[in-house]
Amino acid sequence: MNGGPLLESANNGDRLALSAAGTWTAERAGELEGLIGRVIARHPKVGGVDIDMGRVERLDTFGAWLLERLLRGLASAGGEATIIGLPEHYRGLVAQACQCNRAATPTPRHNALTATLAVVGRTVGQIGHDIGAVVAMIGALAAALGRAIAHPRTFRLTSMVHQMDRVGWRAVPIVLLITFLIGGILAQQGLFHFRQFGADVYVVDMVGILVLREVGVLMVAIMVAGRSGSSYTAELGSMKMREEIDALRTMGFDPIDVLILPRVLALIIAVPCLTFLGSMAALYGGGLMCWLYGGMSPEVYLSRMQEAISLQDFATGMIKAPFMALVIGVIAGTQGLEVKGSAASLGLKTTDSVVKSIFLVILLDGIFAMFFASIGM
Amino acid sequence: MGTMAEPGNDAVIRVRDLVVGFAGASGAAPVLDRLSLDVFRGEILGFVGASGAGKSVLMRSIIGLLPKREGLIEVFGVDVGAASESVRRSVERRWGILFQQGALFSALTVLQNVQFPIREYLDLSGRLLDEVALAKLEMVGLSADVRDKYPAELSGGMTKRVALARALALDPEIVFLDEPTSGLDPIGAGEFDELIRTLQHTLGLTVFMVTHDLDSLHTVCDRIAVLAEGRVITAGPIPTLLASEHPWVKSYFRGKRSRVGGARAA
Repeated sequence: MNGGPLLESANNGDRLALSAAGTWTAERAGELEGLIGRVIARHPKVGGVDIDMGRVERLDTFGAWLLERLLRGLASAGGEATIIGLPEHYRGLVAQACQCNRAATPTPRHNALTATLAVVGRTVGQIGHDIGAVVAMIGALAAALGRAIAHPRTFRLTSMVHQMDRVGWRAVPIVLLITFLIGGILAQQGLFHFRQFGADVYVVDMVGILVLREVGVLMVAIMVAGRSGSSYTAELGSMKMREEIDALRTMGFDPIDVLILPRVLALIIAVPCLTFLGSMAALYGGGLMCWLYGGMSPEVYLSRMQEAISLQDFATGMIKAPFMALVIGVIAGTQGLEVKGSAASLGLKTTDSVVKSIFLVILLDGIFAMFFASIGM
Repeated sequence: MGTMAEPGNDAVIRVRDLVVGFAGASGAAPVLDRLSLDVFRGEILGFVGASGAGKSVLMRSIIGLLPKREGLIEVFGVDVGAASESVRRSVERRWGILFQQGALFSALTVLQNVQFPIREYLDLSGRLLDEVALAKLEMVGLSADVRDKYPAELSGGMTKRVALARALALDPEIVFLDEPTSGLDPIGAGEFDELIRTLQHTLGLTVFMVTHDLDSLHTVCDRIAVLAEGRVITAGPIPTLLASEHPWVKSYFRGKRSRVGGARAA
């Protein structure tokens, strides 16, 4: 809409005359910046300068700051600039801009090598801090459990039952569905490959042992970490952000007693139940696949299963379940309490919670495998 | 920002017969019932009313965060309810909003928060972006040291100032302030009032201020509108309100905590 030049320069004797016009506002700030840069560059040595602002229709902070930048640029080139014809109502704004950006803000220099080393160092420190936090949380939970046993009335039974409903009962459909599918997929893959050796019937051994010892409990633990661990972290984290946890502390309640112990105990009860249900669903899915895809009658599947698996296989899987629940609960609680004020930190800690608990669940599974192997289970 | 017209009969916000209610309670009485209000160019309008009377509802309706049931809302002569997306954008670009809790983006630093709207709407060099954002921070009375802090590290007063700097980032013509001095100590609140007055003067702003702070009302507001029973029951400068016989207005401006009432009690 304003096509005219924003800034024109002319030589008026030994003085430089700059005349500004049009709208010196945010919309044209980019254009103005270029013009001003060129004016300063073109006059490396100037004497007096007159800047006529009389024809400026509108001026905002952007324009005022650019005018100030022009003045400073001319001043550093040895010029003495005077503003003439500035409308009265813009004087305050220009005076204000004059005060701005006086203090030099040195931009810190970055050395790539030291920056990388600093990141490595911080990460190592963070890992140490995380281990300390997890150990502290386990200790605090043990103390809270001790207090709850000594004074059973203080234990939040209602809260625990509510959490069991959330993480246990409501998780049943999705856990059943996924483990059922996994069981079916295992059986299908087994049948497809074992058939080449005529060893179809060993698929039952494979499905039974794999599901009961490993797959059932691992799948359930991973799902619970993703479904409930994340929600614990997000919930505790937002309570931390809104100072609810501080409020609890000041009223003399330990957040571990009130919030974390019932949640962790609910997980410890719910995860073995889900593991049992999940394993059964996987065996069912495997059997169905053997029948429909492998042509193995359910009677054969069941009798073969009876021979293939022992109570030991079942126990091996179930023993691991409460420990995995503990790991998920501890990580979720620790990460939740580490949330700082920002929304980004809540997201970060929730991600951390899921990633770390899945990692630790798998690590724990490996440790259990070595342990069971060495005791011959 | 225009040519700084004198506060005259030039209404930049015109609200006529506005009805706003919440969904799910369509049978219930609406929060705002046929409310009409004018905000004139270059004035500071204080907007008061009992808690829950709908002050924030009006502000949120004007800026388009709440849908209206009926009525007309005109900003800069544009019917914002009926305007096309692009016209609405150009109107939005000309106002700035200071939310009660600051609503700073917690993932961005102070400087990035102020630069955010500028970056979205204008194509400027990095250097100019930094300089303008720092200038805005200085205008709201913050030093350049805060530039790399995150909102979680700021005190309440600093948060409000940064939020004001962000509201002013694009040199708006109207600023909406939702309880700007709530949560500040009286000295901090006084300084903030002073700042609003100064900025209003230098930048030629129109200010729509929802507030409960009687000192703000007395020191900075040109005009005060009182909301009760879903509509504006009276509007005008302090003397008009002191003369009002409406019971709520009377107890508000002449009660124990008011300047007049407090002085009488002492």
